[in-house]
Amino acid sequence: MENENNGFLLEMLGVDKSFPGVKALDQARLQVRPETVHALMGENGAGKSTLMKCLFGIYKPDAGQVLIEGKPVNFTGPKEAMEGGVSMVHQELNQVLKRNVMENLWLGRFPVRHGLVSGREMLKRTRAIFEDLDIKVDPKAIIGKLSVSQRQMVEIAKAVSYHAKVLVLDEPTSSLTNQEVEHLFRIINKLRDTGVGIVYISHKMEEILAISDDVTIMRDGQWIATKPAADLTIDEIIKLMVGRDLTQRFPPKTNTPGGELMVVKNLTGRYMPTCRDVSFTLRRGEILGVAGLVGSRRTELLETIFGIAHRASGEIYKEGRPILNRSAEEAIKNGFAMITEERRANGIFAGLDITFNTVISNINSTNCKKYKDAGLLSGRKMNADAQSSITSMRIKTPSYKTFIRDLSGGNQQKVIIGRWLLTNPDVLLMDEPTRGIDVGAKAEIYQLIINLASEGKGIMVVSSEMPELLGICDRIMVMSGGRLAGILDVQDASQEKIMRLAAEYA
Amino acid sequence: MNETKTFDWKEWLLSYSLYIILGLLIVLVVVVDDTFLSWGNFSNIMSQASTRGILALGVAGMIVYTGTDLSAGRILGASAAVSASLLQSVTYGARMYPSITEPIPMIVPLILSILVGMFFTTINAFGFAVLKMHPFIISLGTQLIAYGALCLYIDSQAGGAQPLANLDARYISFVNGYFDLGFTKLPYLVIYLAICAVVMWVIWNKTVLGKNMFAIGGNPEAAAVSGVNVTRNIFGVYLIAGVLYGIAAFLEAGRVQSVTTNTGLNYDLDAISGCVIGGVSFTGGVGTIPGVILGVVILQTINYSLYYLGINAYLQYIIKGLIIIMAVAIDVRKYIKKK
Repeated sequence: MENENNGFLLEMLGVDKSFPGVKALDQARLQVRPETVHALMGENGAGKSTLMKCLFGIYKPDAGQVLIEGKPVNFTGPKEAMEGGVSMVHQELNQVLKRNVMENLWLGRFPVRHGLVSGREMLKRTRAIFEDLDIKVDPKAIIGKLSVSQRQMVEIAKAVSYHAKVLVLDEPTSSLTNQEVEHLFRIINKLRDTGVGIVYISHKMEEILAISDDVTIMRDGQWIATKPAADLTIDEIIKLMVGRDLTQRFPPKTNTPGGELMVVKNLTGRYMPTCRDVSFTLRRGEILGVAGLVGSRRTELLETIFGIAHRASGEIYKEGRPILNRSAEEAIKNGFAMITEERRANGIFAGLDITFNTVISNINSTNCKKYKDAGLLSGRKMNADAQSSITSMRIKTPSYKTFIRDLSGGNQQKVIIGRWLLTNPDVLLMDEPTRGIDVGAKAEIYQLIINLASEGKGIMVVSSEMPELLGICDRIMVMSGGRLAGILDVQDASQEKIMRLAAEYA
Repeated sequence: MNETKTFDWKEWLLSYSLYIILGLLIVLVVVVDDTFLSWGNFSNIMSQASTRGILALGVAGMIVYTGTDLSAGRILGASAAVSASLLQSVTYGARMYPSITEPIPMIVPLILSILVGMFFTTINAFGFAVLKMHPFIISLGTQLIAYGALCLYIDSQAGGAQPLANLDARYISFVNGYFDLGFTKLPYLVIYLAICAVVMWVIWNKTVLGKNMFAIGGNPEAAAVSGVNVTRNIFGVYLIAGVLYGIAAFLEAGRVQSVTTNTGLNYDLDAISGCVIGGVSFTGGVGTIPGVILGVVILQTINYSLYYLGINAYLQYIIKGLIIIMAVAIDVRKYIKKK
């Protein structure tokens, strides 16, 4: 019986991992005590995911060791890790969408009776775990029809069903409402009290300080610090993460709202659930925030304005002119642009280069002529536009020929913003523009948004991060249950006021 | 200091393994029979590759959309029957249209052939873009319809179902003629293929239609949000494929000089295999015109060499099947690695 693990539940020591041309991990370290929530923080590219992949045996580390309860382990894949008591809930949930909850939970180890899968046994076991964790999900519901938060609960239940000693949560709250976050935190606390060590990866400072006991900060693949959460402030964390003083999370506002740009009257989408009877005005040079819980139909509102979701009734006027926007193509011609929430699903063309990703909207607009020589598209002219977008947006990339999938999330987002700026829109609709982007890049995106507003563009920003809305917007409209609950001037707004409105019709 | 980028042999072997294996196969053929290496054979391979190559240029667009076209061969059959029936020798007694007593301009059957091709690909486009069917299924249906139409047409001859043969001499020399370069013949067919390939290269690389095709193949949802008119683009690409099928059919009828209900059988599979060997990926959004041409020529070289060596015809099917499986397996591996 050895007792040299100092009581740590999980230890990863001196982990090195190199990829061709990059040292992704350099003597990385993580030590998690039992019955604690341990936040793992760092900018994108700091090595958090690589470290976790080394833990789960997805990558084989070049050096270093992993100990669980003091015993060295060497998992060769996620399944082995789960059986060894280490589970992970990924940011992007890997579930069989067309099958039900309990089948997903017991996938790969269905309870068998007389050689046949026993549905009754499966249901019984699923219910038992759900009751323990206070999860209210129908075990027979089809996974694909559940909300992200419910699906996440199912994944956590799955980890519990494997008797996980260590549970890794990767950005678990990135698409949850505040209520759902509270529920998640209750479950996390419950798990912690049963002795589970939880590794919590997130970019959201407020949350980290609320839920964690310890915080480990990584930068450039290296371990920087591990400190009790109680001893840290947001500013200190940011400083440790970026290695410099980031004096302000939000750049100073330089835009001044002017005259009416877009008037929306009683806008209602066609296919329920969607936005209903929403009326508001967007002014030139204004940043109008859109707050609300998940399910308040903020995305549907933007999609209906942009014409990628069908409109049932209501009017949109831009500069007094009625606008139909029956398709994205038409919306672009009318001077609209939309940056979608799911960057990977409907934003980027992963397997194509930056030039293609930059000019694709513009060659489908009336600006197409500028790329043509004798009626044919000129590669030189398209590349020139991509290069100027790379320069002006400070996109970090070797060249415009690089595939967009090889860029970090923040740089991908900049390419997409660049794509839309080429079409020279008057109204920019942005759905969660800083989702999954690290702190440094977020500040750059905020600066871009403010600069665009200063140029006189009208910008709508949907965000689930209230500090972000309070930091960059001029007014904040709050959606609730598909309807507009109210519009607040940012000077009078507070998180409490927004929450109260968001709950109005929910 | 570990920033030095070493040449990755494994990566290189993986990317080029198909060409290495196929190259070795051809070397093997030459070792077995050194008469294989002759300008005459080369010229034969190139003319055989030409009509399939033109067909493959059309099918490639559908594969870029992550689709496929199982009907291309039968559409070619139907179009070829139209061309051949209108261009039978006016002195041939059993010709399909005895009322044609003076040779008609060749442009007329060419255009009709193209229209037939476009008619069938429009059905495919409608199923894919409007009815949102998988291209595999809609083209499976179209394949049967085109085959039925071809049989009905051939069967409707006064003398019953007989091959459409005895073609007009102008037609045969237009298709099968060649420039004599002294050491070898340069068949007109190769020139027709080259023209089609250049035009298609321009469409794929220098037009919005081509760019949008790659956008839809790469990420259809992002394409729609970016302002691409997905439906219109699909119709555009399918109509162009119809034109290519029509041209290929017109040339194929003249090349073989006889059209039966078997004309075009399995040509779609050859075209698809050629595309895949040439690097047009079934994962969508990836492919080049030179790749398509290279793939078709390689496939045809292998077909021809197996035939030239007198390999059992049934064994030839097995070898071709293995090559297709290998091509796709390697293609899939490339994309697994990058994930």
